[in-house]
Amino acid sequence: MSDETKTRRIVPIGPYHPLQEEPEFFKLIVEGETVVDLEIHLGYNHRGHEFISPELTYEQVPFLVERICGICSNSHPLAAVLAIEDCAGIKPPPRANYIRSIIHELERIHSHLLWVGLAGHFIGYNTVWMWAWRYREHVLQVFEMITGNRNHYAANKPGGVRWDIKPEYIPEIRAALDLVEKKTLMLTKAVLDDPVIRARLEGVGVLTKEQALAWSVVGPTARASGVDIDVRRDDPHCAYDQIPWNVVVLPEGDVFAKAKVRLLEIFESIRIIRGCLGNLPDGPIDTRIDEIPPGEGIGRTEAPRGEVFHYIRSDGSNRPLRHKIRAPSYMNIASNVVAVKGGSIADAALTLAAVDPCYCCTERMAAFEDGKLKYSGKELLRLSWQKTERLRERFK
Amino acid sequence: MSNSLILIRERFPEVQVFEKNPRRLYLTIPREELTKIAQFLHKELGMRLSICTGIDTRDGFEVLYHFSEDKTGTIYTLKVFAPKDDPKIDSQGAWFPAAQWIEREMHELLGIDFVGHPNLTPFLTSDTNWEADRYPLRRDYENRSESHER
Repeated sequence: MSDETKTRRIVPIGPYHPLQEEPEFFKLIVEGETVVDLEIHLGYNHRGHEFISPELTYEQVPFLVERICGICSNSHPLAAVLAIEDCAGIKPPPRANYIRSIIHELERIHSHLLWVGLAGHFIGYNTVWMWAWRYREHVLQVFEMITGNRNHYAANKPGGVRWDIKPEYIPEIRAALDLVEKKTLMLTKAVLDDPVIRARLEGVGVLTKEQALAWSVVGPTARASGVDIDVRRDDPHCAYDQIPWNVVVLPEGDVFAKAKVRLLEIFESIRIIRGCLGNLPDGPIDTRIDEIPPGEGIGRTEAPRGEVFHYIRSDGSNRPLRHKIRAPSYMNIASNVVAVKGGSIADAALTLAAVDPCYCCTERMAAFEDGKLKYSGKELLRLSWQKTERLRERFK
Repeated sequence: MSNSLILIRERFPEVQVFEKNPRRLYLTIPREELTKIAQFLHKELGMRLSICTGIDTRDGFEVLYHFSEDKTGTIYTLKVFAPKDDPKIDSQGAWFPAAQWIEREMHELLGIDFVGHPNLTPFLTSDTNWEADRYPLRRDYENRSESHER
């Protein structure tokens, strides 16, 4: 055995994280403090949605796929109904399209704020965590008002939406947006101007544009690496082509760019919702569908983490013959193999979390050496916080 | 007709095109042409692999490679067929890392062999005692409902 391989150790992160929707098991292969390789294991929380979906009717499928993810629980049913509508060749009424966009963008705001909060917690800035989650609460209250639920909104159905936005809701939604915009602006300035946060996030976990294209990453992960894609603009659906807004793209590819993309996207989402509320058309919120003809359909939409892809094959019955579902993390997590290499172990948890796989439970991390526990999850989190403290001292 | 489709037809005249709508194109191709056409879509036309779908049909296995052309918002789906007694398809994961996970998954759930794949070890059931010859997404899987067998 060479000297180089003698000092290699495995640091397992995972496998089961009760706070996240997508449990993963990362085996970090380290030499001293440096990560040299990564193995990823999946399947711990596989619930067989692609197997179950052909057992359900088209009306029931959105309720099933809504439960794929508790955070972006509008993206999957929206993509599923878009696939069903593509298969049937129908279009929902304009009012339904606007309501879909409003709910979808509200979801993006709360998901991005959630990630910013977790990123703060990872590097030892619990104030950022508490701020971000406090402002996210206003968005959840808007959801509760519109749909009756803080998550799992059950908003989409084939042919339209289930919940209307009543005129009396609009001032309250606008007030919540004003508040969230003001507070997010303050948070963004505080986060992006902080020298310690910059030092912790800049140049960490870099995914180059070439790597992003080779691994087909999507969403903020791709846009922070300079890949200018966004399904809302590229493949217009709902009301996205009727409201002016911008796609945020940054070239750096590091964790700081990923944080910046998400924070700036919150303002674009607020802009889209305001535009939709200002132009909300009158009319019905759904269309009657009698049957889904044999054929196939593709629905995709931009979830907070990136493109969600649903493919449905119909045989003319009242259930899908095959339903393929691809969540954004499926492509993004795979790219960690290149993003995490060469970085420090204190940055590994942050890099793995930067693609927003809801990988937020460092309490479950443990490091073993020669079969014995070396670091517990808490100690690994402490390592990350200590690095932040060292930087704080340097920047004083 | 889109520019990319014209280029594809020029280079590969054997491709059969079904245009579901202007942004959803399905290209049925011979099994042995898959790698050449997939490389053409990704390397020369700049398309991104969204995902692949594997389907067990009455006539054999159908594998769909969904490529996204982001500048026009179009999905080009490459459709290849493999007979049930010879479920082999050339791996795209060998040259394209984005295809590696989904090919492993299709190998595991449908029993399709991807020739040349760098790592076809179990993906979703890696830590369980799942029997190697049971494929949950096949039509003859014992627990599958018979609703579609009518």
